[in-house]
Amino acid sequence: MLAKRIIPCLDIKEGRVVKGIKFLGLRDAGSPVEVAKIYDKQGADELVFLDITASYENRKTLIDLVEDIATNIYMPFTVGGGIRDIQDIRDLLNAGADKISINTAAVKYPELINQASSKFGSQCIVVAIDAKSVQSTEYRVQSEKPRTNQWQVYINGGRTPTELEAVNWAKEAARLGAGEILLTSMDYDGTKDGYDLALTKAVSEAVNIPVIASGGAGSLEHFYQVLVNARADAALAASIFHYAEYSLKEVKEFLRDKGVAIRL
Amino acid sequence: MTRIAIIDYGMGNIHSVQKALESLGAETIVTARPEDIKKSQKLVLPGVGAFDDAVAELKKQGLFDALIDEIKNKKIFLGICLGMQLLFKKSQEAVKANGLGILDGEVKRFDKKMNIKVPHMGWNQLKKVAGRRSQVAGECPLLKGIPDGAYVYFCHSYYPEPKNKDMICATTNYGGDFAAVVWQGNVYGTQFHPEKSQEIGLRILKNFICL
Repeated sequence: MLAKRIIPCLDIKEGRVVKGIKFLGLRDAGSPVEVAKIYDKQGADELVFLDITASYENRKTLIDLVEDIATNIYMPFTVGGGIRDIQDIRDLLNAGADKISINTAAVKYPELINQASSKFGSQCIVVAIDAKSVQSTEYRVQSEKPRTNQWQVYINGGRTPTELEAVNWAKEAARLGAGEILLTSMDYDGTKDGYDLALTKAVSEAVNIPVIASGGAGSLEHFYQVLVNARADAALAASIFHYAEYSLKEVKEFLRDKGVAIRL
Repeated sequence: MTRIAIIDYGMGNIHSVQKALESLGAETIVTARPEDIKKSQKLVLPGVGAFDDAVAELKKQGLFDALIDEIKNKKIFLGICLGMQLLFKKSQEAVKANGLGILDGEVKRFDKKMNIKVPHMGWNQLKKVAGRRSQVAGECPLLKGIPDGAYVYFCHSYYPEPKNKDMICATTNYGGDFAAVVWQGNVYGTQFHPEKSQEIGLRILKNFICL
């Protein structure tokens, strides 16, 4: 049976991990490669690296880093942040990334999804969506009736609101050839109050490609809720693992004991 | 020493395969030159992406016929993911191109009617096939020491359906059982990515090196 995936996420700035990481016995907490190796040993199902500087000058640093990671771990990893065109995607895939996550560029140039997936295959094109819930009075998709379960898509690292509604955008991204959706709730991110179950469920049921839920993990139960109740295919988390509040093993054993298909 | 040629035809993640094999002590060469392929003792054809593009690239670089010749000359061959699918002649993904035609069968797309998400992405289990008729008795050497139910990493929308079921060494269930490992004589194929499958994957690659 296909296992639900548990995916640690690392935010990278100028080639270093930026969110604090408090592993025991880690000599260089800022080195993405060191952190990646530890997560690999702990049995992470995948890793996601998000380059949050994502400037032109830092591209070379990122490519070197991806090469370094690829020579040190034996599991799939996704790289995102500041991807603008086919060349960026090609460079990172050639450096050893398995999947590329596109966010802002996909919104601005939806054709990029189509071009990238026909060139490199859907399986390596992830469309990342940052979504924030909206009041029905403030925001409404053209002909649709106002409803409370509605989420607006933001780009540029959550700074710029767009006209897009998250569920519709996810469907469109899938239609254009995305192989996976990385869905982050801006309302829940960093709160540790749990994932946005309504958002995740709405997107997961609307598309026929895997959905990675992100933002809000704070307890073991949260993973269960998002994977089972909200039907996410994978759950991503950052600080809960970085600060060793729970280990990957604890999360996975908890889920397995509750009957979730998990690789241990 | 045995040298393994990893065929680089511009279809993605070659380096992971190379460093995985090298970490296990193999001597490798990443190449697109038919003469290197002829000189190597084993061949690995990795690959992600589209079937048609892959066939076009193999032909453009003069590798298509070279591979067929080498495989027919009994050189030990491992196809990974798209590299496995290319062993078959027909693919539902292909608009026009035919694959290498070494194995009899067709590559099919997962049917969304099976109520599954496509691509099949993530870790899934191998079910070893016992009692195969045409091969020498015993299990597939690639799967030596791999427990039944072991998890490996998949990332694909198409799967091979061999005509002769005897070549199937392990299946995986996703909307139904499909061939995850095939073996016919000197030819091996895995639909999953051993180079991305942590310890289990490395053990499979070690088995390949030891063939």
